[in-house]
Amino acid sequence: MKPFDFKQPATLEQALTLWHPGAAWLGGGTNLVDLMKIGVARPDTVIDITRIPGLSEIDLADDGSARIGALVKNSDLADHPGFAARFPMVAEALLSGASGQLRNAATLGGNLMQAPRCPWFQLPESACNRRNPGSGCDARQVGGLALIGASEGCSAIHPSDLCVPLLALDAVVEVAGPDGHREVPFATLHRLPGEHPETATTLAPGELIVALRLPAGAARFAGHAAYLKVRERTSFAFALTSAAAALELRDGRITAARLALGGIAPKPWRVPEAEALLIGQPPGAEVFARAAAHALEGADPAARKNWRRLLAIRTAQKALHMAALGTPETLPALPGSVFRSPAQEVSHA
Amino acid sequence: MPEIAQPFRFGSNAGQPVTRRDGIAKVTGAAAFAADTAPAGLLHALCAPAAIARGRVTHLDIARAESHPGVVRVLTPANRPFLEGDPAEKPTMFSFRIEVLQDDSVRYAGQPIAMVLAETPEAAAEGVRLLNPQYAAETPRVTLDEEAAYPVEPGGFGRPAATLHGDIEAAHGAATRALDVTYTTAPQYHNAMETHAVVAEWTGDRLHLALPSQALAMSCAAYAWFFGIPVENVTLSSPYLGGGFGSKAIPTGPQVLAILAARVLGRPVKLMLPRAQMFGPTGHRGATRQRLRLGIDDDFALTALDHDSLSETSSFDDFHEPAANASQGLYAAQALRSTHRGVRLDVGTPGPMRAPGEASGSAALECAMDEMAEQAGLDPLAFRLLNYAETEPGTGRPYSSKALRDCYRLGAERFGWAHRPLTPRQMRDAEGMLVGWGMGTALFPAPMFQAQARATLNPDGTALVETAAADMGQGAWTALAQIAADALGLPLEKVTFHSGHSSLPDGGVAGGSGHTATAGGALHAAGTDVIRQLAEIATADPASPLHGAGNARVAARDGQLFLVDDETRAEAFEAILARHGGQSLTGGGSAARPPEDAQRHAMSSHGAVFAEVKVDPELCQVRVTRLVGAFAAGRIINPRLADSQLYGGMIWGIGMALHEEAHHDPRTGRVLNADLAGYHVPVNADVTGLEVLTVHEEDPHVNILGIKGVGEIGVTGTVGAIGNAIWHATGKRIRRFPIRIEDLLAE
Ligand SMILES: Cc1cc2nc3c(=O)[nH]c(=O)nc-3n(C[C@H](O)[C@H](O)[C@H](O)COP(=O)(O)OP(=O)(O)OC[C@H]3O[C@@H](n4cnc5c(N)ncnc54)[C@H](O)[C@@H]3O)c2cc1C
Repeated sequence: MKPFDFKQPATLEQALTLWHPGAAWLGGGTNLVDLMKIGVARPDTVIDITRIPGLSEIDLADDGSARIGALVKNSDLADHPGFAARFPMVAEALLSGASGQLRNAATLGGNLMQAPRCPWFQLPESACNRRNPGSGCDARQVGGLALIGASEGCSAIHPSDLCVPLLALDAVVEVAGPDGHREVPFATLHRLPGEHPETATTLAPGELIVALRLPAGAARFAGHAAYLKVRERTSFAFALTSAAAALELRDGRITAARLALGGIAPKPWRVPEAEALLIGQPPGAEVFARAAAHALEGADPAARKNWRRLLAIRTAQKALHMAALGTPETLPALPGSVFRSPAQEVSHA
Repeated sequence: MPEIAQPFRFGSNAGQPVTRRDGIAKVTGAAAFAADTAPAGLLHALCAPAAIARGRVTHLDIARAESHPGVVRVLTPANRPFLEGDPAEKPTMFSFRIEVLQDDSVRYAGQPIAMVLAETPEAAAEGVRLLNPQYAAETPRVTLDEEAAYPVEPGGFGRPAATLHGDIEAAHGAATRALDVTYTTAPQYHNAMETHAVVAEWTGDRLHLALPSQALAMSCAAYAWFFGIPVENVTLSSPYLGGGFGSKAIPTGPQVLAILAARVLGRPVKLMLPRAQMFGPTGHRGATRQRLRLGIDDDFALTALDHDSLSETSSFDDFHEPAANASQGLYAAQALRSTHRGVRLDVGTPGPMRAPGEASGSAALECAMDEMAEQAGLDPLAFRLLNYAETEPGTGRPYSSKALRDCYRLGAERFGWAHRPLTPRQMRDAEGMLVGWGMGTALFPAPMFQAQARATLNPDGTALVETAAADMGQGAWTALAQIAADALGLPLEKVTFHSGHSSLPDGGVAGGSGHTATAGGALHAAGTDVIRQLAEIATADPASPLHGAGNARVAARDGQLFLVDDETRAEAFEAILARHGGQSLTGGGSAARPPEDAQRHAMSSHGAVFAEVKVDPELCQVRVTRLVGAFAAGRIINPRLADSQLYGGMIWGIGMALHEEAHHDPRTGRVLNADLAGYHVPVNADVTGLEVLTVHEEDPHVNILGIKGVGEIGVTGTVGAIGNAIWHATGKRIRRFPIRIEDLLAE
């Protein structure tokens, strides 16, 4: 491991002044430290931000909105009863990610900023434009990874579960930097790789996430929201595909709809036109199928035949279906899973 | 009438569900594993792994690595010190050629191409990175299609036998119904929790090793050979292993290099492989492609069973997953053939991995049997019963014991198999999930190796028993002590057990599911020897109530000798020894199976596994919701530990059926998922409704203790049962393992 300086600033101001090119923020370290060990991240200074006061609060406002500090642990947020009741699919997405131990260590800010899991990104000797601009992309030999939103230079998939419902719910990211504070709408936080895969987010160098806000309007989906995550292993695996679906239903019709997809693109994916197809319709298999298919419309031609495209469509469709059925009273034992109640009676056809 | 529970025997330690004697030490962290050893002056070693699978290393920036603070030395093929044992040769029968920087060629990804020695692990890691290797790479061969297959010459370690009984072609041709199917299994890597490690320290030409080993004496012999020293000069300490699964019986290149570094640098050296380096030099289960041809006659009797397995090995050594072996000795086929073919790939040499051969072979065989039953319109269990082998197929040898029929019956009852509809896609749960039921037969041979043991009875009535056995977590510390205590007629608390160190009598190999039988047999013999001596003393001693009795009438129980036909005549061990100068008594014993015994009977553990899966009809996600395994494995020494082994095997089966697979980068040949985030084995949430039944089985032939083995059999049967259940749920026959969403999603 490359030797590095370790700083533990006591205030936000100190942290911001300590930063320089080559420095890295350290949250829970569950991603950064792994990347340092395998030689993918090589900071000369590690700035541990977890001593900064005031970044660990969960505030639920009376208007239905919420503000969450960047240092709140993934498990603390998911297990916060008021938060989970208001934003069930966010809680479900959090609990479907990683493992209990990791969620206990991982911070909100770190989750938003986690690196992709592309195998070639994680193998320092291989060609990767994201890690080493201009070196090429070894993922292209398997036809690329992302189904949608990839570029010639990079097709790495954004791995976060949490970010999928946050995108669907129009979250806002509060950022502090050398030039003061600003707000970043969630949809513009992550970048598509384009010509510059090395720049994964729109944060400027030296900027730090301090909090995340969920707008008041997000809470109206509490009764009809679902996060669904598909994978081979029942838990502790990244998504093959995932979807966050939220509906507002009045008099048997959909009056508002949100749909975002994970596991398929370089950033969490949302297609407002797909949501628009649902408005004014009664919930049903057919309209869900149409919206889900529309969400994948932009898929790269090469991905048309990819089985994951079909799976993504079905995932979105099923998430909408689950949302329409209504949010379960309590978080299911297996969050984000279709196997919500494992001990079901078997009936013979 | 077989019984599910072991009969309770008064005074017996064996048969009791004693908790692990090392359990507290393990959960409190007091148990010191090899890499916990930290002698003064320790240096840390790390291998630089090849990033390509085939070619040559053309450059290493040694100067840069050596100038990094803390780096002490870089070993490369250019300066690698002399090694007495030629790495192209093999030190013992059970070993492989290893890579110890003998030249600049790269033969598989992850092969050590240099070793950095440093004052800290971090400095060693940075030194490795700074080497920045350059290669002349060639196109790697990493899949079974990439090379021409060659017939595997049978015989010896890693070269499975071929068998032929009857005229297979004629039988298959004449069959009423015939099947010809091909199944594949994926490459798997052992991935024990504890990665391979060594702490090596030399004093003169004496070598001290802390090294997790499944075979202590064999390892000592191998390391002595590599370093040209007498075997007595090697001491090896291996009290605990964090799992082995077959990969820790055999010396590996990185470990030999670390020991070599310790010798040339004159300082103790520690190496603990990073997880990613467990995908290369430490063995794996090779991929297989198996063709099965089955034929049945009008009465549904198997007329032909032809099993051919194509498997990978490395470009420089041979170990072929003996998959087709699984078809020998299980079903009463009139004509039976098993053949193996190999391809040479640019991968590390495969090796034995939990249920080598039987695991992959049984997966394919049990699915093929299911397909044959389907064709015949028969219930899969009924079809197996119609082809039940009363004697070993082909040879006609009797089985030493075989309670498989009871396993079928009890397992099926417990599972509710009778309610299974014959045709697929007939069952759903309340949430609309497709439900399917499948089964498979489990089989694993019951071999024995060789072991010695020593037992000492102390004047205070306690005892010390000793053998260099290996506890990989399976419970040898406990089960072996139970056997020894019984042989000595002592309660378990009075017996101290020393194990896991090469200074003790050779405890043999923890492998082949034969460790309890073998090391246990030796301990039994040693304990019995002590009691025989004690009985001679007592019966010759006029002051003893046993005086004058022939020693054949004397038995030991609960710290006393007594007369079998008059239990009032008894005397405590202490009393006997006190009159005999207050000295301790020492006895020795050994165990091995006489070749005549091995000839006379076929010896195997058997079982039946029943699986229920649920499959989401749209997303095609599979979940194993119930597994019931019924096993007959001879005498069960410790039901808690045995169940745990069987559970573990069945869980392994879930992983093999649905998760475990190493993916190679087509361009470089590297394993792309060389960490536990990417290489998946089941997690708790994948394991619901697991049930094990052990069927009582008395086996007077297998060995004196009647023990078979439970370590590996749980994998067999399970994989096929899950594949069959997936068919039953969905109507889709997927002929590759692991079975993935992708396969089930395909129209
Ligand atoms: C084995 C494994 C399995 C996993 N599975 C999943 C999964 O299924 N689903 C899923 O969503 N995630 C998964 N994860 C990822 C996990 O969620 C992230 O590692 C975690 O959320 C990162 O949080 P952290 O606080 O530990 O971040 P760190 O490791 O501390 O930081 C990660 C990155 O964010 C930057 N950073 C941290 N805090 C801030 C801040 N406040 N402002 C700006 N930048 C910041 C760091 O500089 C670094 O670049 C898995 C991780 C592992 C190791």
